[in-house]
Amino acid sequence: MQSPEILPHLFRNEYAKIVSVLCKHIGFERLEIAEEIASETFLTATETWGVKGNPQNPTAWLYAVAKNKAKNYLQRNSVFQNKILPELTKSQSESFEPEIDLSPENIYDSQLRMMFTICHPSISPEAQVGLSLRILCGFGIEEISDAFLTNKETINKRLFRAKEKLREEKIRIELPESEEIEGRLGSVLSTIYLLFNEGYHSISQNKTLRKDLCLEAIRLCSMLVENTVTDKPQVYALLALMCFHTSRFEARQDEKGEQILYQDQDTNLWNYDLIAKGEIFLNKAASGTMLTKYHLEAGIAYWHTQKEDTKEKWENILQLYNRLLQLQYSPIAALNRTYALSKANSKEEAIIEAEKLNLTDNHFYFALLGELYLDIDRSKSEENFRKALSLAKTSHDKSSIQKKIDRLSK
Amino acid sequence: MDEYLILMRLDLLTKEAQPSPEQMQVYMKMYQDWVGGIAAQNKFVGGTGLSTEGKVIKSGQIITDGPFAETKESIAGFITIKAENFEEAADIAKACPILNGPGNSVEVRKIVGVDNTR
Repeated sequence: MQSPEILPHLFRNEYAKIVSVLCKHIGFERLEIAEEIASETFLTATETWGVKGNPQNPTAWLYAVAKNKAKNYLQRNSVFQNKILPELTKSQSESFEPEIDLSPENIYDSQLRMMFTICHPSISPEAQVGLSLRILCGFGIEEISDAFLTNKETINKRLFRAKEKLREEKIRIELPESEEIEGRLGSVLSTIYLLFNEGYHSISQNKTLRKDLCLEAIRLCSMLVENTVTDKPQVYALLALMCFHTSRFEARQDEKGEQILYQDQDTNLWNYDLIAKGEIFLNKAASGTMLTKYHLEAGIAYWHTQKEDTKEKWENILQLYNRLLQLQYSPIAALNRTYALSKANSKEEAIIEAEKLNLTDNHFYFALLGELYLDIDRSKSEENFRKALSLAKTSHDKSSIQKKIDRLSK
Repeated sequence: MDEYLILMRLDLLTKEAQPSPEQMQVYMKMYQDWVGGIAAQNKFVGGTGLSTEGKVIKSGQIITDGPFAETKESIAGFITIKAENFEEAADIAKACPILNGPGNSVEVRKIVGVDNTR
């Protein structure tokens, strides 16, 4: 393949793999060296491939170069030669040759361990997401700052501090003990979920990048279900949830990047393959007795993949929201629950419940009331849409509310 | 905001008063919609329904089976909520769907923590 587009993708994937494998080998303290070796590998690749064309097997080529660079580093590094190597030779075989294992099994194992290292509770969730994007997904600093809508400097500082902290805490690259796994898994899952939301809900204009974030989150979560230590029901639930959401990725935006509301989406654009996968994962999530917010959210997302606007669908969504809110309150869930209530019970009941929510600084709150009053009291509907308009921040939100008002005054 | 306990009492003992599975489903929906509404206002703290079995231990270590019932009513469930004052707590409790059943009752109690100086 001569196409230039192969490079960024290949680099991203392989960068992440090489860094994790090297780190498992030389220790998390030398993360920077692992990153440097990986970067140098790609620099060499760009130079060589630019002249000679892409090799037959680019991945194998990259691994061979990375291995050589790593060996060179290890051999000329005096600390390694004088301190670490003697230790390693003592405990292992007589003739120690630093062998860098880039087999698929070791790559998988290294990345899984790295996931638990990076998602350690000692650093902030934001830093966990940033480090995951860099080290587990191989995203460039520019891409990460684009996703977070900030500048490269901020991201660089954030990642640097997070790495320092992990080093200070002497976090080792390993899977936690089985009694520790539930707790640590929670932290890994919430990072994956944040990473996913960063892609799914970000207002960044870069659609390809946003979709990549979603797919990366799915990939990381898939790695967890492939391991018998980490394939817990809540992991399947999160995976199902992300599949269901991503199935609508293409349908929820028009060419101009404006969001298309759920009820207006072209269902032909839904990805039915992902929906089917989501269903399989949701079934697997149903084992055991644990009920997490991922289970409830996956259930809600499942019902949203059902096109028909049935009473059953909205009744199920309502009950799932009822339980989700008891588990964890959020204004958005409260508003969505009230919308489901209007569909399952009645608009009149939903208006009474909506007014109790009192989320008067939230434009979605007034937009919901505007929607609920639509067929009941037009002037109240308009009044609420106008309040929503005055609170809306993005130009996209403003224009979609304006459209509602325009339709009302016709 | 203070926390309040809402105790729900209904007749769990009289056979004729027990709902059919279909009725039960309707009651559960009403109950869940009520609790969901409280949670949507971010006023739900915790609590749950209770199974109908129970043990009662009286002074002198005498243990009897079955939920405690001086009258026909037993505690069927409890939730704790956040409310500005007793009035609001009572308003929330008034909407509890078990009150649709004659003889049923709901009791609201303010929770006094160990540290009540706040």
